[in-house]
Amino acid sequence: MQFGLNETQQILQTNARKFFATECPMSEVRRIAETETAHDATLWNKFAEQGYTSAFFPEEYGGLGLGLVEMALLMEEMGRALVPGPFLSTLIAGVFIEAAGSAEQKERFLRPICDGRATAAHALLEPNPARDIHSVKMRGGDTISGTKIFVAGAAAADFLVVVAADGAYAVHAGEGVAIQPMPSLDVTRKYYAVTFENAIAERLPNSGNMQRAVDIATLAVAAETVGGMQRVLDLAVEYAKTRKQFGNPIGKYQAVQHMCADSYLETESARSAAYYAGWALQENTPEAALAVSIAKMYSSDAARNVGNRGIQIHGGMGFTWENDVHLYYRRFKANETAFGDATFHRERIASLIIDGVAPALMRAASPLLATQG
Amino acid sequence: MDLKLTADERAFRDELHVWLSANVPKDWAERKYDPLEKRFDYLKAWQRKLYESGWAGIGWPKAYGGRAASTILQVIFWEEMAKAGAPPFANVLGLGLIGPTIIAFGSDDQKQRYLRKILSAEEIWCQGFSEPEAGSDLAALRSEARLDGDHWIVNGHKVWTSYGWAADWCELVVRTDPAAPKHKGLTVLLVDMKSPGVDVRPLKQITGETEFSELFFRDVRVPVANTVGTVNDGWNVAIGTLMHERGTFGAGLQVMYRQNIERLIALARSTERNGKPASEDPIVRQKLAQAYAEVEIMRLNQMRAFSKINQTGVPGPEGSIQKIFWSELNQRMQQLAQELLGPYGQLEGPDGYAVDHGIWSYGYLRARGNTIEAGTSEIQRNIIGHFVLGLPRSY
Ligand SMILES: Cc1cc2nc3c(=O)[nH]c(=O)nc-3n(C[C@H](O)[C@H](O)[C@H](O)COP(=O)(O)OP(=O)(O)OC[C@H]3O[C@@H](n4cnc5c(N)ncnc54)[C@H](O)[C@@H]3O)c2cc1C
Repeated sequence: MQFGLNETQQILQTNARKFFATECPMSEVRRIAETETAHDATLWNKFAEQGYTSAFFPEEYGGLGLGLVEMALLMEEMGRALVPGPFLSTLIAGVFIEAAGSAEQKERFLRPICDGRATAAHALLEPNPARDIHSVKMRGGDTISGTKIFVAGAAAADFLVVVAADGAYAVHAGEGVAIQPMPSLDVTRKYYAVTFENAIAERLPNSGNMQRAVDIATLAVAAETVGGMQRVLDLAVEYAKTRKQFGNPIGKYQAVQHMCADSYLETESARSAAYYAGWALQENTPEAALAVSIAKMYSSDAARNVGNRGIQIHGGMGFTWENDVHLYYRRFKANETAFGDATFHRERIASLIIDGVAPALMRAASPLLATQG
Repeated sequence: MDLKLTADERAFRDELHVWLSANVPKDWAERKYDPLEKRFDYLKAWQRKLYESGWAGIGWPKAYGGRAASTILQVIFWEEMAKAGAPPFANVLGLGLIGPTIIAFGSDDQKQRYLRKILSAEEIWCQGFSEPEAGSDLAALRSEARLDGDHWIVNGHKVWTSYGWAADWCELVVRTDPAAPKHKGLTVLLVDMKSPGVDVRPLKQITGETEFSELFFRDVRVPVANTVGTVNDGWNVAIGTLMHERGTFGAGLQVMYRQNIERLIALARSTERNGKPASEDPIVRQKLAQAYAEVEIMRLNQMRAFSKINQTGVPGPEGSIQKIFWSELNQRMQQLAQELLGPYGQLEGPDGYAVDHGIWSYGYLRARGNTIEAGTSEIQRNIIGHFVLGLPRSY
C-alpha cells in the first residue's frame, strides 16, 4: 500500500505546474476572463499539444488513457492556476459521452475533443424549485426541448451533452439552441442558460452508466477546488510574511498564524480525500461513491473557509479587485454548488452509511436511470 | 499511488486476524469497565501474551523483539486490533514513545536492557516532561540533575504524568546546565521509579479518575549510564519523542472512532425525534454524515502521512495536523453523542438508565484533555505556522 504519488504522477504534476505558470499566469487569466466567452483558442491549442484534452479518454478514440488519480492531479493544477474557459465542461461532457455513448458516437464526439478540435459543455440543471440535481425533468427523443441553466462554457461549445430524465443526449450547438449569458460570480468560467427548441438530439444509449460519470465529474470539481485552496493558502502565507504592522510581519501574530494553520489543515485534508476518491473510482471499489461524496462535501465547505481566511488575512488589499484572492473565492462558490453542495453530499453519505442504500446521484432525478443504474 | 495491500501485507493481515480471533479475551467487553488499577493488571497480562506471540512492537528492530515491520504494516496492525475489539496495550507510552526514543537515541546497552521489557509489559513507563511551571514551554523546566561521580543527583517536580502510579521507569527531562540557553542545557535520563527519593502522588482529573500523577524527586541517584543521547542535547531527544506522540500515535484511533460512529448510528435508530427514529431526522443525518466523513479523512490523512514516513523514515512537523485532527474531532464526536442522547448523555456508571455503561458522559469529559495532552492545539498551530509554513515565531 502506498498513498504517495508514483513517478509518472509526480512528473505529470510537476510539468503541469510549470506549464500553467508559464502559459497561463494570472495576467492571462484576467485577460481571458474579460473576453466574451473566456475561451482562448491559442491556449486551448497548447492544452491539446500537452495532451491535456486527450489525457483521460481511451486510446481507441485518440486519448492517452490516463487514470482518475492523474485526472485529480491535473485538475488540481488547473485549479491552482485558475485556468479560465471550458476545460472542465469539455472534460465532463467527454466523460459523459464515454460512459453513455455508443462506439460510433464516441468516435464522432470524443475524438475531436481529444484532438483539441472541439470544446463541449454538459447541461444538467433546470429552472424549477428543486434548484439541485433533482430538478432534472426534461425528456428527449429525436429532438429535445426545454431550458437548461448553469451550463458552463456553453457559448464556446461545439456540442452539448444534455442530461434528461429519460437519459442523456448529445446536441450540436446551432439550430434550435439559444444561448443566454447568466452573469454570475465566477468570471473565469461563464455560465449560460440554454434553451432548446426542437433541437436535433442524439440519444446516448448507455445512460445507465451515467452514475459513475457523474461521480467522475464531481471528483474533477473537488480536485480543482483543492488546487485553488492551495493557491489561496500560499498567497495568504506569503502576504503574512511580508506585510508588516506594528513593526512585525502580520504572520507573527497568532490570530493570523493560526488562520494559516487551519487553512493548511483543511487543504491537506481536502487533498487526501480527493486523491483517495480518484483512486477508489479508478479501482471501482465498493466505497467509491462514498469517497466521492466525502471529497466533494469536504472541499465545498473547506474552500469557503480557506477563501474567507485568505481575504481576511489580506485586509483591505484582500477586498480590492486587483488582488487575486477574490477570483479564487468566486470559483470556490461556483464549485461549492456544482454537482451537489456539502449538504447534498452529506445526505448522500447518510443514505450510504445509515440506510445502507446507494442513492445514486441521478437516481432521484431520473426514473429511467434508476432502473438501468 | 496504490492503496491495495501487497501480497505480503495481506499475508500479514490474515495471520494477525487468525491470531486475534483465537486470542482476544472474551471477557474484555465486561472487564473494560473495571476500575483503573484492576483493569491495568488485566491489560499487562494481555500485552504479555501479544509479546510472546510476536505481536508487540512490530515496527521495532528484530534484535529487540520486534519484526522490523513497515509503517504500513503497523497501520494494518492497529486497524486489525481495533476491528477485533482487542484490549489496548498496557504499556502505551513505553511502546509508542519511549521505546522509539531509545531505539533512535539510546546506547546499545540501553537497547538490550530496556526494550524487550517494554514490549512484554514487564516494565511500565511514564513520560516525565511537564512541570508546574513548564507545560507548553517545556524547555523552561526546572527539575535538575547534578553530576556526582558516576551518578546524576536529581531534584525536581513533574506533573500530569500519565501512568505515573503504574510506572516502573520514567523518561525524565532535566536541566543539566543552568547557565546554557534554555534549550541547550537539557538532558534525558531513564529513571528507576523505585529509586529512593522518588515520590508518586495521585492526581485526580476532571473525569474523577487518577490516570495521571504528580512526581517528586528528592536527591534521587541515577547512574550516568542512564543518560539518553548526549548530555545537554536532551531537547532534540525530547522533540524526537514528541514527534512520535503527534505523528504516529493516533494510528489506532480512526478505527475506534469509526466504531463510535457506528454505535452512534445504532443509537440514532433507537432514539426518537419528533415521533420518528432520530436516524431519519435530517439534522441528525447531516451531523452523523459529517462526523463519518471526518473520521474517514483522518484515516486518509494518516495513510498519506504514513506513506511519507515510510519513505523518509521519520515523522516531521506536519504530524501536528494529525494531532489537531484526532483531538478536535473526538470533541466534536462526543458533543454529537451528547446531542443524540439528550439528558441521558450525562448519566454515569453501569446501572440504571445510563447508556453504554456511561461511556458517553466519561468520553465527553475525557475528550477535553485531548486538545491539551501531547501539546495543546494552540501549540500545534504554532508548529504548523512556524515549522511547516515558515511564518515567524510568535514568541
Ligand atoms: C490527560 C493528560 C495527560 C497528560 N500526560 C502527560 C504525561 O504523561 N507526561 C507529561 O509530561 N505531561 C503530560 N500532560 C501535560 C501536558 O503535556 C501539558 O498539560 C500541556 O503541554 C500544556 O501545558 P500546561 O498544562 O502547562 O498549559 P500551559 O502551557 O500553561 O497552557 C495554558 C493555555 O495557554 C496556551 N498557550 C501556552 N503557550 C502558548 C503559546 N506560546 N501560544 C499560544 N497559546 C499558548 C495553551 O495552548 C493553553 O490553552 C498531560 C496532560 C493531560 C491533560
